[in-house]
Amino acid sequence: MKRRVCIVGIGMTPLKPLSEEVSYKEMMFEAAVKAYEDCGINPRKDVDTFVCCSEDYIEGTSIFDEYVPDQIGGALKQVHTITSDGLFGVCAAILQLLTEEFKVAVVEAHAKASNILTPEGVHMCALDPIYTRPLNVNPIFIAGLEYNSFLFNYPFTQTDCAEVVVKNKKNALKNPYAAYGANLSVEDVLNSFPVAYPLTELEVSPYADGACVIVLAREEVAKDLKKKPIYIDGFSFIQGSPNLEVRSWEYPRATEEAAKRAYKMAGISNPNKEIDFCEIDDTYSYKEIQNALALNCQDIIINPSGGSLGMGYIYEGTGLMRLIMAVLQLRGEAGSFQIKINNELPKKALVQSWRGLPTENSCVLILNRE
Amino acid sequence: MGRRVAIVGAGMTKFVRRAKETGKELAFYAAKAALDSCGAKLRDIDAVVLGSAPDTFDGVHMKGEYLSCGAGAFGKPYLRCYVGGGTGVFAVAVGWYYIASGIFDTCLVVCEEKMSSYQPHPQGAFLTIFDHTTERPLGPNLLWIFALEMQRYMQTYGIKKEEIALVAVKNKKNALDHPAAQIAAEITVEDVLNSEVLCYPVQRLDVSPVSDGACAIVMTNEYLARRFTDKPVWVSGVGWCLDTAYWTNRDLAYPRYVEEAARMAYKMAGIRDPRREIDVAEPYDPFDYKELHHLEGLMLCGRGEAPQLLVDGKTQRDGELPVCPSGGLLGVGNPIAAAGLMKVIEIFWQLRGEADKRQIAKKAKRGVAQAWGDLMQVGTVVVLEI
Amino acid sequence: MKNFFATPLSEEDFKKKNFCFETWIGNCFYAWDCGVAIGKYLEGLKKGKIIGVKCPKCERIMVPPRIFCEWCFVLIEDFVELKDTGRINTFSISYISWDVKKLEKPQIPAVIEIDGASPGYGILHLISEVDPKEVKIGMRVKAVWKDEKEREGKITDIKYFKPY
Repeated sequence: MKRRVCIVGIGMTPLKPLSEEVSYKEMMFEAAVKAYEDCGINPRKDVDTFVCCSEDYIEGTSIFDEYVPDQIGGALKQVHTITSDGLFGVCAAILQLLTEEFKVAVVEAHAKASNILTPEGVHMCALDPIYTRPLNVNPIFIAGLEYNSFLFNYPFTQTDCAEVVVKNKKNALKNPYAAYGANLSVEDVLNSFPVAYPLTELEVSPYADGACVIVLAREEVAKDLKKKPIYIDGFSFIQGSPNLEVRSWEYPRATEEAAKRAYKMAGISNPNKEIDFCEIDDTYSYKEIQNALALNCQDIIINPSGGSLGMGYIYEGTGLMRLIMAVLQLRGEAGSFQIKINNELPKKALVQSWRGLPTENSCVLILNRE
Repeated sequence: MGRRVAIVGAGMTKFVRRAKETGKELAFYAAKAALDSCGAKLRDIDAVVLGSAPDTFDGVHMKGEYLSCGAGAFGKPYLRCYVGGGTGVFAVAVGWYYIASGIFDTCLVVCEEKMSSYQPHPQGAFLTIFDHTTERPLGPNLLWIFALEMQRYMQTYGIKKEEIALVAVKNKKNALDHPAAQIAAEITVEDVLNSEVLCYPVQRLDVSPVSDGACAIVMTNEYLARRFTDKPVWVSGVGWCLDTAYWTNRDLAYPRYVEEAARMAYKMAGIRDPRREIDVAEPYDPFDYKELHHLEGLMLCGRGEAPQLLVDGKTQRDGELPVCPSGGLLGVGNPIAAAGLMKVIEIFWQLRGEADKRQIAKKAKRGVAQAWGDLMQVGTVVVLEI
Repeated sequence: MKNFFATPLSEEDFKKKNFCFETWIGNCFYAWDCGVAIGKYLEGLKKGKIIGVKCPKCERIMVPPRIFCEWCFVLIEDFVELKDTGRINTFSISYISWDVKKLEKPQIPAVIEIDGASPGYGILHLISEVDPKEVKIGMRVKAVWKDEKEREGKITDIKYFKPY
């Protein structure tokens, strides 16, 4: 990428299982204020375009994009919604900045999972109404099918996947933004309640509430702002098939394709050697290993923040949450969960996200401190 | 402005009250028609944009992913954009930034809506657009919000119902020449004034119907445009603006969000005097008064002056500023997101002289399409020129 | 030659099941947190009061309350008690319900600018105890509350507004 786009500001509310003292608007406002403070801008004057990521069914309100502008400073400005994970929204913002029509963009995503009384009921509505929904099975069965197929076709065991859970929840204990840090053993994980064979309860990332806001800017604007910008070297997003019947169960092919394109853009040929750490999707335990294989980054540090398993799962906000965790590491602001590579701050990071069941898609971003 | 972006092909399905086809199939027919119209193949397309309004109609959550296969997005970069009713025209803006960024060279923009799935009547789905705590407990009806705005508009500028009814008469008549139209008809002002009062001052013939349908366009950068067509239509300006959600704190008489969106689009297109530089307009007309309301927001006439343009016949197909030559939503149908893209496609065909019996009399070089959405909140504008 | 394709179906087709279809009744229930601002608003309604907020920067007094001013983008902490009277900004007369059934008695929804708030700041509610033909923009109205023991902290604690 010749002209570069950077991340200049980040703000998020710490993830919590319940957040009854604030409405979603107030939660978004808190995250937005933090992000604007972080880079010292006034959204009413300095921001050219806003992208929000939300889905009606998750909010319980149709045309939810009506309710987003005020609390992020976007009233009577260019605001639109992308119905996808936050990281896809970041790609939409990057595309807008690259047109040179806009200088500063803001991306927002949040979830109040605690406000959904029937998450399985909502999730059922995502299944194909003609072919799949009439079977009337809790949608998590799709994760079970993928997991089973993965274990059959690849030299990994359920213990390997349980170790992912143990690692991530342990990492989360050091992360003040995380909601579900814990000290578990592999036995704890394998013996927890069976959800959809072979998936157990502790292998599923638990729901949380939280809001995330990111400020992006073109390179020439970024250098005048408060903090050192984090550059985006490559980005890509790919859609697979919504039809379960033609799915690749054992391998996330959308992740591989997205990674290939992002690496090409960033000029990376050997991610295991050129990237320092990654924050990738771990909505279910096996997903972290699957994605690491597809991204070809199994040998580097994965999810030092604790991932969704340790922090909590905030639906559309997940991608932005991973991005914020990665930016904190690169800036050296991760405090108690900071990682170092050869006693130095990490230089390059990979962030990857997935929209969740029953979709097949992936978004990959490559970040660079220089 | 980044790279120049062109529309090279377009296609749409018929708009009907209830289609046998699933949403995926409607999206496929429109996408295929668009690709065929310019001889493009799916492998020529770098990325896909989908526009579709509320998920509640289909009863499908994550509707974007569900429709992705019908929209030709398998294995490609794909986003679904959403700004309520403004989505149809806004999807063109997303296609524009896909290509103007330089990352993609071609893209397919598909807009689809299947409202009929919702039982017993799709209008009931609109209950959920209102604020869950401060408004929904009152049992609001979608028509309330239009009626409140129509009332305010009429009172503020002293506009008579007879003047507004002329829009319904004009558009339904124009739609008689649109082969995809759902409810084209020859009606009179008396028919409109005598039709059932649903939510005063809104009457039955003031309202566009519930529909199923899909549209699609193929967009490319300027280097590839001539590979697909001799007459590319350039997207010279795009604009969008979302007003505050607190609609009860705003004066509904004037759509300032449409003006802001239009300013952004006109600035990009280098237009200083829209009234003189725009040859044909397709403002969003889900209700007849909306066409007038939006003409003023698009700054094609002064505030409160749109009815005079209509009464003087200037907005007919042979007038000096043809408005909704397609027949608009009132005549062709209103599958929310697809309707907005239908308007863009109409301007595309008009500029190329391909609008068959609907072709306007004057030679048009520049046109504007506009859509509106949410709680009287979003304006999305696209300026096209040939 | 342009081709416009779709297969239209009618009510008859549905009743006679001339084609295959699937039905689904959704199971989607939510319980929304009101938060600080709307929480105070609802508490106020329970006490028979309408609560607004004042922006420290532009000094606008706004209702329904919010903890941020959308124009200045600053935090609002000042809650003010407003009157329960106002004037009609715009109104309509609805003869059909939200799910398209005919109403026996028409509803009169309106945007009511609340006294005490800045001009133009209103809320959505219903008007009653008046002949629909008499309702005018600019008419002065007053809230009719439910009995204190029936109030729950909801917008419906105000039954409707009536002219006064």
